[in-house]
Amino acid sequence: MTVIEGNNISFTEKLKGTSLPIQQEDLATALETLAVTSMPTTRVEAWKYTRLTKIGKVNFTNEEVAVNSIDNYRICASEITLVFVNGHYSEVLSSRQLPEGVNVELISKSTHQLEKTSVKLEGEIFNATNTAFLNDGVIIRIAANAVIEQPIQMVHILKGDHVISNFKTIIHAEKFSKAEIVQGFFTDEGTSNFCNSISEINVAENAHLTINKIQYESEESFHISTEEVQQATDSNFKINTFTLNGGLVRNNLHINVNGKNCESHLNGAYLLKNKQHVDNHSVVDHKVPNCESHELYKGVIDENATAVFNGKVYVRPDAQKINAFQSNANVLLSDNATIYSKPELEIYADDVKCSHGSTTGQLDEEAVFYLRARGLSEKSARQLVVSAFIGEVIEKVENEEVVTFINKKLKERFDWNI
Amino acid sequence: MIEIIDLHASVEGKEILKGLTLTVNPGEVHAIMGPNGAGKSTLASVLAGREEFEVTQGSVTFEVKDLLEMETEDRAREGVFLAFQYPVEIPGVSNVNFLKTAINEIREHKGEDPISAKDFMAMVREKSALVELDSKLASRSVNEGFSGGEKKRNEIFQMAMLNPKLSILDETDSGLDIDALRIVANGVNKLKTPNNATIIITHYQRLLDYIVPDFVHVLYNGKIVKTGPKELALELEEKGYDWIKEELAL
Repeated sequence: MTVIEGNNISFTEKLKGTSLPIQQEDLATALETLAVTSMPTTRVEAWKYTRLTKIGKVNFTNEEVAVNSIDNYRICASEITLVFVNGHYSEVLSSRQLPEGVNVELISKSTHQLEKTSVKLEGEIFNATNTAFLNDGVIIRIAANAVIEQPIQMVHILKGDHVISNFKTIIHAEKFSKAEIVQGFFTDEGTSNFCNSISEINVAENAHLTINKIQYESEESFHISTEEVQQATDSNFKINTFTLNGGLVRNNLHINVNGKNCESHLNGAYLLKNKQHVDNHSVVDHKVPNCESHELYKGVIDENATAVFNGKVYVRPDAQKINAFQSNANVLLSDNATIYSKPELEIYADDVKCSHGSTTGQLDEEAVFYLRARGLSEKSARQLVVSAFIGEVIEKVENEEVVTFINKKLKERFDWNI
Repeated sequence: MIEIIDLHASVEGKEILKGLTLTVNPGEVHAIMGPNGAGKSTLASVLAGREEFEVTQGSVTFEVKDLLEMETEDRAREGVFLAFQYPVEIPGVSNVNFLKTAINEIREHKGEDPISAKDFMAMVREKSALVELDSKLASRSVNEGFSGGEKKRNEIFQMAMLNPKLSILDETDSGLDIDALRIVANGVNKLKTPNNATIIITHYQRLLDYIVPDFVHVLYNGKIVKTGPKELALELEEKGYDWIKEELAL
């Protein structure tokens, strides 16, 4: 049933079709999509600056393997820690001391069918792949009125050569609940492995949900994430995305603001070197009035790395009194570093306050000189100026353990000593 | 302390300093005055080690070392301080945090142990009081949102924290109102010891009412063309620079 013909995609050839209880309709659409869709080229607008040729050339496999420890991958000491290796749940490494109000269910252990997916499958090769070859997934439910003090931590680890993880996270933050999800993505070992992850997130009326997402896969890894968020009336959703390592990374963040009086916060920081390629695509879709969204993405790009930022904000015809702010700022540290930044606003309502901006520059040499003239080494001075630039995004994270982890990884990867 | 001999420097191929010679001994205050374009700020930049200035001839010896061979940070670590004409705003970098890093890098350079947090904070309190800089400003981002006067006071605060041997004040008085000027001058005076020295680069005589120089030098067309006692500054203020040109037939 998973034999796919009539296209030029070989990367799924060795994979076994999913046996999870996905809606038949979704599975059929996914398979149909894979049968007729080619790997997008840079002629496709959504992939204009991100070349996928490398992914298309790998014959991915999936294996359930073990890792020994998550010491390097533990972002916070939460008792709710779910560990997945190559998309499979690791009972041994996880800790599931669930407080009242948190329900965690693995899709592989679920007795009922998944709901129809909210992500687009037609023409979307990676979403279709995720659906047709889903390894496992988790359904997290925060009960109505529950306030969960500890973050719910999800640790995703890739291990082995040419491994793909097709994983799905479904989050239901029910009415008046408050919770924080911490997600980490790592490579334990191996090259050309691929994390293909989908999250479907529902933030119900007056619920508060924060996601802190840290990507630290290896420079030989691929990562494509899609987050499809639905916000109901009076809800507050915040996502902070930190891309600190990874070979080819693409984040698709799609926030549907369906209810009035919502707040949406999207913050992102990406720090790249060598030949890394990191692409952040975001959409905030204001469909109804009286909402606000704040988007801040900042990047530091060194050596031969390339970053892409494409942020789109829609304000639909009836969505009056919207405050939507978007900003993307980049610092290029080398002559060979590249950024493609495209902030977009599409406004169809007339009583709104919206702004967007994109800046790209080099490091402020005058600031570096000033600091050196006070006795700081050139390295310290540069680091201080870069970390101050990125610090504006890190400051958005309220969880101190997450901040500490980010700083630790920055030290590990960029030898920062701040 | 510092001996500048026949210094020639250019920027973008244009020669600005054309054989400047100056010796400053410990305990002395030297004022360098001169018309616009004489090379005053170029001198400050060359001494601080700005890379866009190319030294084509001459030497600068600081104590026994060749200053021109040193990186900017090593000059600072050896005890040369430049108060910037235009202090840079650095958003996100806390004033006190970077000073702590600077002090510790200087101490490391001298083979000393890092300063304790307690000693450091005590020093911040003491030195910020010296220039009447609100301690809240001291811990804010470097110069961000500071008024002109606050920026200049912050320069002297940093000078006080770093305790340099030689301070070069590049037009520190420009744009200051009389109150800010007094505060800045008072700070500089209090920091004066028999072991350190100050070079004041200025356009106006006014500052020299508050910081009394031992010597006044006139910089003109890249050279020091006249040196005199503090009274020379008053004469310059009154008569301008033209009479010197005439006197020296420049």
